[in-house]
Amino acid sequence: MSMMMAQSKSESQPIPVTPPRAAVAPGIKMEAKGLKAWFGKSQALKGIDLPLAENQVTAIIGPSGCGKSTFVRCLNRMHEVVPGAHATGTVTLDGADIYGAGTDPVLVRRRVGMVFQKPNPFPTMSIRENVLAGLRLNGRRPADAAALVETSLRQVALWDEVKDRLDRAGTSLSGGQQQRLCIARALALEPEVLLMDEPCSALDPIATARIEELIHEIGQRYTIVIVTHNMQQAARVSHYTAFFYMGELIEHAPTDRMFTQPSNPKTEDYITGRFG
Amino acid sequence: MKRPSAHDTEVAIRPARRPLFGDVNLGDRLAQSGGALIAGIVVVILAALVLQMIQASTPAFSKFGLGFLFSSKWDPVKDDYGALPFLYGTVVSSIGALIIAVPVAFGVAIFLSELAPSWLRGPVGFTIELLAAIPSVVYGLWGIFVLKPFMAEYVGPVLKSTLGWLPLFQGPYDGLGMLTGALILSIMILPTIASISRDVLRAAPPTLREGALALGATRWEAIRYAVLPNVRSGLVGAVLLGLGRALGETMAITMVIGNKVDISASLFEKSSTMASQIANQYSEASDMQLAALTEIALVLFAVTLLFNVGARILVWRTGRMPGGGRSA
Ligand SMILES: Nc1ncnc2c1ncn2[C@@H]1O[C@H](COP(=O)(O)OP(=O)(O)O)[C@@H](O)[C@H]1O
Ligand SMILES: [Mg+2]
Repeated sequence: MSMMMAQSKSESQPIPVTPPRAAVAPGIKMEAKGLKAWFGKSQALKGIDLPLAENQVTAIIGPSGCGKSTFVRCLNRMHEVVPGAHATGTVTLDGADIYGAGTDPVLVRRRVGMVFQKPNPFPTMSIRENVLAGLRLNGRRPADAAALVETSLRQVALWDEVKDRLDRAGTSLSGGQQQRLCIARALALEPEVLLMDEPCSALDPIATARIEELIHEIGQRYTIVIVTHNMQQAARVSHYTAFFYMGELIEHAPTDRMFTQPSNPKTEDYITGRFG
Repeated sequence: MKRPSAHDTEVAIRPARRPLFGDVNLGDRLAQSGGALIAGIVVVILAALVLQMIQASTPAFSKFGLGFLFSSKWDPVKDDYGALPFLYGTVVSSIGALIIAVPVAFGVAIFLSELAPSWLRGPVGFTIELLAAIPSVVYGLWGIFVLKPFMAEYVGPVLKSTLGWLPLFQGPYDGLGMLTGALILSIMILPTIASISRDVLRAAPPTLREGALALGATRWEAIRYAVLPNVRSGLVGAVLLGLGRALGETMAITMVIGNKVDISASLFEKSSTMASQIANQYSEASDMQLAALTEIALVLFAVTLLFNVGARILVWRTGRMPGGGRSA
């Protein structure tokens, strides 16, 4: 429903904004300062300064190829996993630079979880094993695995749908269920920040609505960064919105203000659908 | 000047009536029938080869029957032949080669596909593939002039003093024999196994690796738990293709295995494989000996074919399955 509307809707109307709750003056959980990123010699981020509010949802919007994915992948040091890619600048997590000397990217990723565009449950693992995969990969044994599986799946409202078939392959679920499984898998590690790179773009409108509801709920407890192509979605789920354009941050503001009175003409052009 | 009216434009762009008949697909049809013809020729040649071998080996088959596979006689004077020592030599040297080559090849493949910095991947991969292009006889010469003295002087004594109590390392060792043969084979199949497994690993969906890394896995953990389980059958296929090459390899192993018709538990002992025995005796053999050699060739062909078909099926399955194909 929502995604389809986004495409067919008359472009000049202002987008109705119903923020999940008023943005209160929050602390800063993560902050990028002068963040630049490259793929080989081509620069994808040209110096981003962006604070991410604690226990708030920040949406990243912008046209394709503007560096949204690259930005969120810099926040958990996944960018450097791509051969030839590197980043400079600082990104702080609770004030500590995750790019600082001696910082282990593996430890960063255990505190900053990530959900990908395409659901990617491990195909050789059951639903249960997928939820526990993060712990197993880190060589940890949960004291009560069954309870952890249940709480994680309940958090993503998947428990009732799968509780009778936890031993089935994770890939036997529908796309939307798989994506919720991937969110549960990330949440089982109790991350402090959750990055979501277009988590709904491969899903149908109903599954999308489920995920958005979920973001509402867990957005109270986690710092969430969500990349989205869909401005209605940004308006619905986020407290803050950041607009990227060609590797630069053009504007960052509380979501309601961004969509009603953008201060930069480029932002206005984008949110009124004049390009992108 | 008159402005062109809509009508004029319409007339101008209306196409001439085009024919429905005629032959525009001649090229397609030629390519198709030509291709079919060539493919047919290949099949016919293969069938003729097999028929010819069956025919030439019939005397041996009717004289020795299935007992041929279980006899270790090779007596041209009494015209009494059996294939067992060569089967044994082929199997042991090939398995030995796998034991040496597979861990190294997988290590190289994992390094090249997952760990190596991008500027290193091309050159190292190319070098590995170059190993596969070296002619067999060059490996053989290298085996005689470099590997043999090295094995006799260093490897043999070390094995004898450490593992000499095993039946595998008994008796004198002059640098030629089963162990040297297996080693040469392992070097020759290494590029095959390494480059195919690298391709199999590369074909694994990157989302698996990234999913694991994003959960805080180390690079090794991501490979071990997220990538490898999904490409198992492809890796088995790579090993089987390497094995197929080891089974049929002739020149190099004939030069270093010692060519003795014997079954011995010791890897220091000289031995023969099916391929080396054929290569050694074919030019001087006649009548029953020739028939026996041809029958060995037929057995070798069957075994190699079996492994190749199995390997290709496995690799193919990995490529097709969502998630890289799982063996479960
Ligand atoms: N793996 C890659 N290799 C090289 N260039 C890339 C790669 N991924 C993205 N890029 C380039 O980096 C820029 C930013 O891409 P990305 O962050 O994926 O954009 P977005 O997510 O906003 O669509 C684009 O110009 C894109 O072409
Ligand atoms: Mg993207």
